[in-house]
Amino acid sequence: MDRDYTELLHRCFRCGWCKLPTNYQDFNCPAYLKYRFESFASGGRMWLIRAWLNGEIEPGERFAKILYSCVTCRNCVEACALPNIKDRLVDIFVAARADLVEQGRIPPAVRDYLKALSVSGNPYKMPQEHRGNWAEGLGIERYHGQEYLFYVGDVGSYDEVGMRMARSVAALLQSAGVSLGILGEEETSDGNDARALGEKGLADYLAGQNIGTFRNKGVKKIITLSPHGYNAMRNEYPVCGGVFEVFHYTQIINLLLGGRIRPGEYLKRVTYHDPCYLGRWNNEYGAPRRILGSIRGLVFVEMDRNRNNALCCGGGGGNFFTDMLGTGPDLSSRARVREALATGAEIIAVACPQCYKMLDDAVKAEGAQDAIEVKEVSEIVSASWGSHL
Amino acid sequence: MDQIHERLTEIVGAAYVSDAAEEKFIYSRDQGVQEPHAPDYVVLPGSAEEVSAVVGLANREKIPVVPMGGGLVLSGLTIPQKGGIVLDMKRMNRIIEVNEKSHYAVVEAGTSQGMLDAYLKKHHSALKHSLPDAPPVATIAGNIAIHGSGHLSQSEGGFHSEMVTGLEVVLPTGELVRLGSCSTVPGWFSRAPLPDLVGLFLGWNGTTGVITKVGIKLYPRPPYHDVLVFMTEDIDAAPDILCRIINTGMAEDINYALAPKPDYLNGFQMTVINITAHSEEELGMKKKIIRESLRHYFETKEAGFMPVPPNLKANFLEVPQKALSKFADVRKGGGFEYVGAIMPLEKIPQACRAGMEITGRIGITYSLGARIIGRGHSAMFFFAYPFNRADASEVGKVARALEETNETALKLGGIPWKTEISGQQLILRQMDPQTRELMEKIRGVLDPNRIMNPGNWEVA
Repeated sequence: MDRDYTELLHRCFRCGWCKLPTNYQDFNCPAYLKYRFESFASGGRMWLIRAWLNGEIEPGERFAKILYSCVTCRNCVEACALPNIKDRLVDIFVAARADLVEQGRIPPAVRDYLKALSVSGNPYKMPQEHRGNWAEGLGIERYHGQEYLFYVGDVGSYDEVGMRMARSVAALLQSAGVSLGILGEEETSDGNDARALGEKGLADYLAGQNIGTFRNKGVKKIITLSPHGYNAMRNEYPVCGGVFEVFHYTQIINLLLGGRIRPGEYLKRVTYHDPCYLGRWNNEYGAPRRILGSIRGLVFVEMDRNRNNALCCGGGGGNFFTDMLGTGPDLSSRARVREALATGAEIIAVACPQCYKMLDDAVKAEGAQDAIEVKEVSEIVSASWGSHL
Repeated sequence: MDQIHERLTEIVGAAYVSDAAEEKFIYSRDQGVQEPHAPDYVVLPGSAEEVSAVVGLANREKIPVVPMGGGLVLSGLTIPQKGGIVLDMKRMNRIIEVNEKSHYAVVEAGTSQGMLDAYLKKHHSALKHSLPDAPPVATIAGNIAIHGSGHLSQSEGGFHSEMVTGLEVVLPTGELVRLGSCSTVPGWFSRAPLPDLVGLFLGWNGTTGVITKVGIKLYPRPPYHDVLVFMTEDIDAAPDILCRIINTGMAEDINYALAPKPDYLNGFQMTVINITAHSEEELGMKKKIIRESLRHYFETKEAGFMPVPPNLKANFLEVPQKALSKFADVRKGGGFEYVGAIMPLEKIPQACRAGMEITGRIGITYSLGARIIGRGHSAMFFFAYPFNRADASEVGKVARALEETNETALKLGGIPWKTEISGQQLILRQMDPQTRELMEKIRGVLDPNRIMNPGNWEVA
């Protein structure tokens, strides 16, 4: 592990500030919330990594589970008391995972995810030529120099919920006259979650592939469906030589509000769930809220944990695919749904295909289908703007 | 799987029992300098009934049981000295009742200070409880069990253990009992007028049972809050200055501190006075009365009120203070130990000098200070020593400083608080023999197999 990191490990006091959001409401770490052993909290992870490096414990199955149950949500980063350490916490966990990858000690679910990504270019092991299937019937052209490339990513390309979201966003942007094209079968996984799982080599390779494609096609501006892709292209691709203007789709909708997008009426009580990779990772809290706030009749209510305190849906850091948190009422996705229900909201608005799926499943697991529904921001805008579609 | 593990799994579920190396490592140690000892099992109970079943099993099998809250005591009180079961109580964190009229809350033992504070702010915003300066994950039950103190200890009645209105406890033989008014009537409003059995579980370091529920007093939460900082170089003036402030009856919390850093403040003592009020006028009046009480000092230019920069003021107004946790990293080493000695107010100057002498001689850094408990009825004087956990020699020096500080505190007429086992032995040696014998008899009755947190409060 990088010496910069090893010199920080022993400075974690395990004071536990990282376990609670800044309003102290409830545990904010999805892994700790689920497993409840001190070892699964960020401080426990720091001490165990140090013990491993010092030869005090062997990196077995349990150790790998502890490391890989971190969903890289950065809630601990927000709450940690030590300024010199806090920003590096998640980097340290990812670096420790990288060492496990190198030593071949990763959990089977992580291995399978990375293998599928390497072999098929996507975690679903689906044919590459199916990547553009989500767009059938929408009349979206392949990218040939339009103003924006609309990058959809793995979940938007292959997952049923993700595909629905991709169609909704694309349809709204098209109807607003945004000039965009897609890559279809030429698109490759963004690599964000591979990097979070400690497989930097694969993440760099995937980034390189996408950067090459973008360059060959003359792409300058990218709209991403997923905050995960947004994060990779905004923060990691420049390191790999790929500098583009990257937007999350909510940022584009926000820019067009009052002009080419004029939301109508939507008579529902709505709360908004901040995706970690849009919020804490990229500090974008305003755009989705401004969009929802522009809709007539929509009553917007915040959950107690919002913005930088928002509880993660549990789908970050690759866990959407590796499912290291398993099932049960202490899953952060289910806790999040209960938190949304407490606001009296009828709709949980999301802006990430992974959050969409995680929370949609959690609504069912909570048996709350009659009380609350998960909808993606563009779906809400389109529903209010029905006459235009 | 061994039979004990199997039984524990039947009681709490497989997900909440571990004998894995990772949990054994983490639960074998705390942030201080005490030697690690690994548990055989870590168990996370979800209800009082589960605690009762686990302790009943442990009693039958003569297995040690160590209850643990936030795990932030620093002095090794939750380190399982003789192995056995560590009961991590934090799954039991439900807030059961808040009674606005009778000003109390009933919480499960794993409820953290932060969670209760957040709950009160949201649902009962006119009320608050006394928060310690520990991180907000510290538990209510853990803190009252060690006679903790906090930001209302000066104004509202002393140690947090004095704010307890009732307890539910699992005895070392597994029975579940209720103490205080809740033993007789539905409400958890008072320990009086019944024989007070609550004290059997406060200050005993988990050697007499496992607390599963706590009734705790609530107090008004005035909306206005400000802080005054009084500075002086004269250590001997501290008791008088503190008494003058206390006697105004205007302060909510009074803390006194001195530290060698930053350099320009070396030699100065800082008295931090927190004031709350229901209106700006009341706040202004309170500040005026406190200023007036110290007129003698600033007129003679011996001392004065410090203009408090906004960032420092924000730190002082924060409860609990996050800045205090940063102190653990002063040595860039994630280690922090302190002797908190409960002592008479008039001993503060001697305690300061002793702390500086010990740390100067041993060669470590320090922060010294005191929180006033009650209306000057005592002070929790802290001798705090940060250290680098990666530096074995520094760890050794701090361990030595702790031992010497414990001895010094006793010599000065104070009593080390939540002290490690060696400190407990010092206290027991100095304790009246009849008192010591009574403690032994009580433990013999409650815990015939001596399973509860063995090593603590053991008469040698």
